[in-house]
Amino acid sequence: METILDAFWQAGRLIVAADPALIAITLLSLRVTLTAVVIAALIGMPLGAFLAVKRFRWRRSIIAVLNGLMGLPPVVVGLFLYLMLSRMGPLGALGLLFSPSAMIIAQVIIITPIIASLSYQAFRELWAEYRDLLLSLRATRSQQIATLIWDGRRALLTIGLTGFGRAIGEVGAIIIVGGNIEGVTRVLTTAITLETARGDFALALALGIILLMLAIGLSLALHTLARTEREGRW
Amino acid sequence: MSSILPLSLRKVSLSRGGKRILGPIDFELGGRGLSVVIGPNGAGKSTLLRLMHGLERPSEGALAWAVPLKNARKAQAFVFQSPVMLRRSLVENLAFPLRLSGRPRTEAAKVAMDWAARLGLSGQGDQPAWQLSRGERQKLALARALITEPEILFLDEPTASLDGHATREIEALLGVARDRGMRIVLATHDMGQARRLADEVVFLLGGSLHETGPAKAFFHGPQTAAAAAFLRGDIVT
Amino acid sequence: MMQRLLLILALLLPNAAFGETLRMAVTTSFANSGLAEELPPAIAEDLGIDVQLVIVGTGQALRLGAAGDVDAVLTHAPQAEMAFVAVGHALRRVEIMANDFVLIGPAGDPAGISDATSAAAAFAAIESVRAPFVSRGDDSGTHIAEMALWEAAGLVPQGGWYRPVGAGMGAALNIAAAMDAYILSDRATWLSFSNPEGLVMLFAGDPVLFNQYTYMAVNPAKGPHIRADAAARLEAWLGGPRAHDLITGFTVAGETVFFIAPSNPLREPATEP
Repeated sequence: METILDAFWQAGRLIVAADPALIAITLLSLRVTLTAVVIAALIGMPLGAFLAVKRFRWRRSIIAVLNGLMGLPPVVVGLFLYLMLSRMGPLGALGLLFSPSAMIIAQVIIITPIIASLSYQAFRELWAEYRDLLLSLRATRSQQIATLIWDGRRALLTIGLTGFGRAIGEVGAIIIVGGNIEGVTRVLTTAITLETARGDFALALALGIILLMLAIGLSLALHTLARTEREGRW
Repeated sequence: MSSILPLSLRKVSLSRGGKRILGPIDFELGGRGLSVVIGPNGAGKSTLLRLMHGLERPSEGALAWAVPLKNARKAQAFVFQSPVMLRRSLVENLAFPLRLSGRPRTEAAKVAMDWAARLGLSGQGDQPAWQLSRGERQKLALARALITEPEILFLDEPTASLDGHATREIEALLGVARDRGMRIVLATHDMGQARRLADEVVFLLGGSLHETGPAKAFFHGPQTAAAAAFLRGDIVT
Repeated sequence: MMQRLLLILALLLPNAAFGETLRMAVTTSFANSGLAEELPPAIAEDLGIDVQLVIVGTGQALRLGAAGDVDAVLTHAPQAEMAFVAVGHALRRVEIMANDFVLIGPAGDPAGISDATSAAAAFAAIESVRAPFVSRGDDSGTHIAEMALWEAAGLVPQGGWYRPVGAGMGAALNIAAAMDAYILSDRATWLSFSNPEGLVMLFAGDPVLFNQYTYMAVNPAKGPHIRADAAARLEAWLGGPRAHDLITGFTVAGETVFFIAPSNPLREPATEP
C-alpha cells in the first residue's frame, strides 16, 4: 500500500517537474505507437472492408488466420522480427535493429490483425445494410470499400483506439527489437520493465500511471473530436 | 445514345439450395410506360426485379439488354421496399450516386440541393437521413434513384409500409418520371396502386409468368382463371 | 483530421543523434548496478562516443555479438566468453572489473548459512534442509556461476524447493523476497535493490564468488557496419585510469561494489589481451 501511494506521489511529481527524460520517453512511446496505429489502420481497415465485400476462395481461411494472429504472443513477434532484422538475418542490411523503426514494425505486426479482424466484423454488419444499394448504384469495389470506411468511421475510431491501447502497453516485442536503449529506444513500457527489475516498484508504477493517463487522454480527445463533428453534421 | 431496351429474358430461372424459386421465364420488356408486377406473396415479384437489375444472377438462362451489359448497367436504378439510408445527411445521400459516377463535389451538392427542394425537404438537407420519417426516407430513396436520370427504374413494393399521404407523393413522383419517358417496373401487392398506375401488367404465380398484357385489358378481362381469381381477391397458389 | 495527425507525428520526431555511436550489449546485472549510468557520460566526454547499452541476459548478449548486431559486449561468463573468442566472434577477452556474488536469504536463515566456512558449505546446507532457493534459470552469467557453485559443492539441485524462475536479477530478487527464499545475487544489484522485504545478505567473501566482467569487441570481420575503431578505443579507455577511478570509486549504499579483480580460482586464466 505504501508503494502504491508512493507511486501516485512520484507520478505527480514527475509530471509537475516535466522531467526531460520522462518527456523524451513519453514522446517516443507516442511517436512509435501512433505511427504503428496509422500504418496498421491503413493496412487493416481496407483489408477488413475487402474481406467484408468480396467473396473469394481463401476468404474464410484468411479471416481464420487473422483471428488466430490476434492471439500471437508479442515475444514471438519480437523474436521473429529480431531474426529477420539481425545483421545475420535476411533484412540485416537495412540496419533497422535497435531503432524506433524496428519497434514500429513490431507493433504493426501485432496490431494489424486486431484492427483488420475488428474492422471486418464492423464492416460485415454495415455491408449487410449497404450491399443492395451499392450494387444497385454500380459502385466499384474500391468505391464500396471507401463508402464502408467513411460511413463506418466512428466504429473505426474505436477500433483504432483499441489498437493504440494494445500497442502502447506492449513490451515483449519492442524490448527485443528495440533493445531498451536509453535515449534511443526506451519507451514507457520498457522503462517500466527496467524499473521493476531494479526493484523500484514505485517508479515503475508511476510510469504505469502516466501510460494509463496517456491512453485515457487520447481516447477522450478523439471522442471529443468525433462529437464535435457529429454536432456539426449530424 | 441508343436505348438499352428491350430487355429479353430467355429461359431464365433461379434456384437456391437445389430448389427452384423462379422460372423458367421467357419475357421481353420493351415499350414504354409503367409495368406493374403483381401476384400473391412468394410468387417471385422481388426476385424477378432483382434478376432484371442484376442483383441476382440467373441459375440458368440468360438476360440480354439491347446494348452490351456494361453500357446498360448504369442506365438503371432500383428502389427497395425498406430504403437503405447511408449514415450521412439527406443531401449527401442524394449526392452519393452522382459522386460515385465522378461528378465534382460542388456540382453534385447543387443538384442534390435542387432535388431536396423538389421533395419539399430543403430545410432538412443537413439532417442525418435516419432521422427522417418513414415516408420522407422513401421519397429520398426514390429521388436518389431518379437523380442519375436512369432510362429504366425498378421499384420493389416502395409504398408497402407507408401511409396514404406518403404513398400519394411517391406515386406523383413516379407519374412525372413516366411522363418524361422513363421506363418503370413496379412490383406491388396494392391492387389499387396497380390499377392507378399500370400501363402494362405482369402477373406472376408460383415463380412463373402467368399472364401479361395491357393494363386495361388485364383488369377488365383477364385471360386466365388464376388471374381472374386473384383479381377477385381469392387466394391463388 | 489527417493533417492534424501528421502535424502531431512531425512534432514527435526525435532529434537526430549526432557523433559516433557504439552499441554494447551488457548484462542485466551490470545495468541494474547503477555503474551503467556512470560510465557512458564519461566515455562521451573523453572519446566522443555515444555508447548505447542494449540490456539483455548474458546468453542473449553473446548471441547479439555473434550476429554482429552489437559492436561490443560486456559479460560475466568466462567459459562462454572463451568459446565466443574460440570460434572467432571476438579477437580477445579483456577483463575489466569484478564484483562478487553474495548469498541472500530470509533473516531467520533456516539453513544457517551465515556461519558457513565456504560457499560450497553454504550451498550444501541449503540443499540439506531443502530451504526454498530461487535460481535465475535464464543462462545468465549469474545463473551460470550458480550452476558452477552447485557443481563445486558436488550437488545437483532438484525438487520443489529449487525454483528456476527464468527472470532477470531484480525480478528474481522480487520473487525470492515474496517467497522468503535463498538466492544468489551480485552484490551491486543486491545493494541497489529497493524491495528486500525480509531478505538479508547472509554469506559473502569466498574467492569463488568473484564475478569477473569481461569486455569483448566484436570481430570487425563481421562486416563494415561494426564500429571497430570505436570499440577498440573503448577497450583502451576501459583499461585506463579514468575508468579505473570510476569503477573503484562507485558505491552503492556507501559500499564499494566493483574492484579490479585478481584471478578467480574457479576459472581458467584470461586470454592475453
